[in-house]
Amino acid sequence: MIHQYKLNDYYIVVDANSASVHSVDEVAYDMIGIIDAAIPSDRDAAEILGRNDIRAEITADLSVKYNVDVSELLDVYDELKALNKEGLLWSVDIYEDQAEDLKLKQSVLKAICLHVAHGCNMDCEYCFAGKGEYSGKSGIMSLEVGKRALDYLVENSGSRRHLEVDFFGGEPLINWDVCKELVRYGRELEKKHDKIFNFTLTTNGVLIDDDVIDFTNREMGNVVLSLDGRRETHDRMRHAKDGSGTYDRIIDNFRALVDSRTEEGAERRSTEYYMRGTYTAYNKDFCSDVLAMADMGFRETSIEPVVSDPDVPYALSSEDLPLLFEEYEKLALEMLEREKKGEGFSFYHYTVDLTGGPCIYKRVSGCGVATEYLAVTPTGDLYPCHQFVGDDEMLAGNIYEGITHPEVVDIFRGKNNLYTRDKCRGCWAKLYCAGGCAANNYHSNGDINKVYKFGCELHKKRIECALMMAVARSEE
Amino acid sequence: MKRIKTITTRDMAKSQMTGGCGECQTSCQSASKTSCSVANQHCEQRKDK
Repeated sequence: MIHQYKLNDYYIVVDANSASVHSVDEVAYDMIGIIDAAIPSDRDAAEILGRNDIRAEITADLSVKYNVDVSELLDVYDELKALNKEGLLWSVDIYEDQAEDLKLKQSVLKAICLHVAHGCNMDCEYCFAGKGEYSGKSGIMSLEVGKRALDYLVENSGSRRHLEVDFFGGEPLINWDVCKELVRYGRELEKKHDKIFNFTLTTNGVLIDDDVIDFTNREMGNVVLSLDGRRETHDRMRHAKDGSGTYDRIIDNFRALVDSRTEEGAERRSTEYYMRGTYTAYNKDFCSDVLAMADMGFRETSIEPVVSDPDVPYALSSEDLPLLFEEYEKLALEMLEREKKGEGFSFYHYTVDLTGGPCIYKRVSGCGVATEYLAVTPTGDLYPCHQFVGDDEMLAGNIYEGITHPEVVDIFRGKNNLYTRDKCRGCWAKLYCAGGCAANNYHSNGDINKVYKFGCELHKKRIECALMMAVARSEE
Repeated sequence: MKRIKTITTRDMAKSQMTGGCGECQTSCQSASKTSCSVANQHCEQRKDK
């Protein structure tokens, strides 16, 4: 199976089963389309490509259409044949039969999302966490629960060395002292058990001060800073408890943290950070919000479509897709332009690593929800991921007794992979997206294997843009 | 004139032989939190090299 698309004057062909990408000219693009229409399935490709009558007919027709010498087109045809032989075009899917086994490699816990505070000092209109309280279950994680959660992670991590802990909420900075103590405790566990902890802080920024900046930049491998872009966009959804906008309260804090984190010669564990926004029906022109972040000097950006009930006024719907697609394209083009001027910045979904990206195990297995990743509530309950917290039917267990509801975890084991998703098996983007978000599927369709169509369409568009950018860079 | 240019990508079939160590970052631990992104994760083995 292949996918052909034109973007930014590039003719791009993606081979679904090998994740190969080809940049071709108009004539080759046309030829590939004609051959593809003649191929009933990838298994028949070699035979069709080997037929001299088809080869002669297609090249003769295109020779007339484009006024190109037939001999040149025969070379193009033969090149396509060679790519097929190499497994880079119309390649056969060799992973479906073993998908369950590949997924079972995800057998040990390696990451936890630590909900150190189910409560928030802000009142964002679109919060998926129910204003930080997750269905009214507010609470602050004690140090004892946090330590036990880290112990639980180490105990269940087998031989995996790299372990990840995300301080999440609610707003984790309202429980900052516990976060700091847990980092110190994690460093002790590292030595004792030969592990490497990578801590991430996700914050709304209100409580960032010198101590937070200093400690975070020394100890956290990543920081996710919630900013929606332009002031008016941010203030429309991200409110303080009194309903006022929060942009002016956080922007200087974010600047100070990022400046300190990226300053040359500074003592820090990592320079990684993300300005992470959400867009809604109120800012469908979200490209301007990403660019606003870049214009402020933030070089690492991310923005996600709001996930909400369809009947709220800020909800996005499938009718918005054409406009949102345009915005993603606009963003990709502008990023390339800025790169040429030496003003490049990164956008999370466009930083696809074509050569150093994940192996096939990860691409077939997906995000690791419930199998290698769990969310821990302030009281120590375990859920498959942060987006399932508060769903009683998804309670998996707790950090003291372990998995007490194996039937919940089983939902996400072997039989939940790229090939168990109804729409993914036959999708060109499958090896780039790995089957999408199980929580989004569940919350939109009641089934983790029924694809959240809106999110899927956007993701495919983002992948198209990211691959186009890779092609454009390869031309330079 | 070259009409077909293949962009270098990771060999998926080969990655089945060498991959699966599970040391890479869990997808949602980075910046998305509301959508699964896998292709933009880095392979921890390749990062070390």
